[in-house]
Amino acid sequence: MESSVSHTDVATGDTSSRPVGLDRTTTGMSSGAPRPFLRRRRNPWYSRLIRDRALLVMALPGMALLLLFQYLPLLGNVIAFQAYVPFLPFGQSPWVGLDNFAVIFNGDPAFVNALRNTLVLTLVQVILVFPAPIALALLLNSLLSERIKRAVQSVLYLPHFLSWVIVVAVFQQVLGGSGMINNFLRTHGADTFSIIGNSDLFVGLLTSQVMWKDTGWATILFLAALSQIDASLYEAASMDGASRWRQMWHVTLPGIRGIIVLLLILRLGDSLTVGFEQIILQQGGVGLAASEVLDTYVYNNGIVGGQWGVAAAVGLVKGAVGVLLVLGANKIAHLLGENGVYKS
Amino acid sequence: MTATSARPAQRRRPIDAPGAPSRAVKGVVLILLCAAVILPFVGIVSTSLADRAQVNASGGFVLFPTSVSLDSYRTIFAGGVVSRAMAVSVGVTVVGTAISLAVSTLLAYALSRQGSFGQRPMLMLVLFSLLFSPGLIPNYLVVKELGLLNSYWALILPTALSAFNVIVLRAFFMGIPAELTDSARIDGAGHLTIFARIVLPLSKAVLAVIGLFYAVGYWNAFFNALIYLNDSGMWPLQLVLRTYVINNTEMSATDLGSGVENLPPQPSIQMAILVVTIVPILIVYPFLQRHFAKGVLTGAVKG
Repeated sequence: MESSVSHTDVATGDTSSRPVGLDRTTTGMSSGAPRPFLRRRRNPWYSRLIRDRALLVMALPGMALLLLFQYLPLLGNVIAFQAYVPFLPFGQSPWVGLDNFAVIFNGDPAFVNALRNTLVLTLVQVILVFPAPIALALLLNSLLSERIKRAVQSVLYLPHFLSWVIVVAVFQQVLGGSGMINNFLRTHGADTFSIIGNSDLFVGLLTSQVMWKDTGWATILFLAALSQIDASLYEAASMDGASRWRQMWHVTLPGIRGIIVLLLILRLGDSLTVGFEQIILQQGGVGLAASEVLDTYVYNNGIVGGQWGVAAAVGLVKGAVGVLLVLGANKIAHLLGENGVYKS
Repeated sequence: MTATSARPAQRRRPIDAPGAPSRAVKGVVLILLCAAVILPFVGIVSTSLADRAQVNASGGFVLFPTSVSLDSYRTIFAGGVVSRAMAVSVGVTVVGTAISLAVSTLLAYALSRQGSFGQRPMLMLVLFSLLFSPGLIPNYLVVKELGLLNSYWALILPTALSAFNVIVLRAFFMGIPAELTDSARIDGAGHLTIFARIVLPLSKAVLAVIGLFYAVGYWNAFFNALIYLNDSGMWPLQLVLRTYVINNTEMSATDLGSGVENLPPQPSIQMAILVVTIVPILIVYPFLQRHFAKGVLTGAVKG
């Protein structure tokens, strides 16, 4: 790749930069002798700009979208420091300093509730959701028939591609008051139960939905790691008389420890984010006390409630803490000798 | 993944194959897991097809239809809310995927030419954007300031570029042998020619996968439509599904716009909406499934 670029410098870049002119007249004054020397140095930026103009035009639409919808919104965070008035031109609303952050610093009950729910959900999901794909991957990996393994994978990966609207609807149809299971119980004279819309069981419902949707999909990385384990280790362990369980403990689990640690740390780095779309769809039935998390707090107060400044302030703090957590998690991953999401 | 994992399994077999009891336990667990995914769909399709008498008798949910009736599908495709939402979803998905693919491949190609003007800073901007999400309120304000509220562009442009997909594409483009592009250069081809004549034809498989990922994303999105579109007449299918199935809003004949006197039972209509939302995913799924593991792993390794 490098060689091709320097090659083109000589072939095309050189000729296209000459008409720029200024450079030519100044160097031309001091005779032709220093020119090869100058040429061997890096091309001036404008000649590289002209040489690579086609590439820049190609990158333009993508970079424009990235800047517009990923970086420009960062500026929008200024309304966290304003009493935002929707009909004034952008940036014209009065400044209020840190007033909007008062809900965080003074511990507004609704905010504290949202924060607590978020952390409880994260904790429950790290304990219950995180190990599930590891167990499933071990189970799939222990299957001797490649055909059965592939068939099971095809079925279990599918829910990952369904939208949250569909997943929530499916759960209602199965577990709801007139759903599949309750219908079955009713027609067989047994007691029915209510899970959907029951605020006491909401955490369990959300967790089971996440597991149903993504456990199969999450096995992919673990299965890839499992396939990298040297088969001779199993043979050696087996020769030494290790049972299948001991082989799992001494060969399999150490073999995938790296990816487990990495994914766990990344999940913890994402602690403040829990199933936004999933919860928004189901908040109606269970009430805010049980279901409000930080992301829904921002949505309900900002876009629904019109408290733009407060919502932006909470979103800003959440985003900043989130970036710190991701960076911190990555740092820890490096310290533990694993590759993080990005290198160096 | 498939080729490498096949080998250890075959080598281990003669040494100590699991006994019958453990095989039976595994079999039962796997069958239960698969049933937990498949059975709900069987029930949903069955209810959408069941006739009125059976739906009423069963109290709303049918697992095995005794007789098949297509009335609920005829009703939702008669030109009412659901038909319109279907058209919106298809339109947004097709246009959005085309834009996403075009923009992402062009950007990925530019970023794959190392040493070109601005390549490092642009790559840094793309990579850095993976670390944070801009936040709901600022995003909303940007869309509003750009005048995209109540426009279908609001469903497309904010999510049109996925930095992750750009990085996967870039990694793939960089793997194309330099000899191919170099020889084209020597023959006088510009970047656009190389991109269109050499890089794209060599990348058909990865383009198909990335395109499908984008398409599934557009098809599944509901939140953008919820906050950016005020007019419920513009809603895509997922929002209609939310309103009439999750929130259980009663569907009237005017909603359906069919002028049918005798509406099929509500559960059947609801399940028919659910089916038409799921079916497109099921159609592309076998193709996705064949390739996605590779795509995910490429991203994980190179990202």
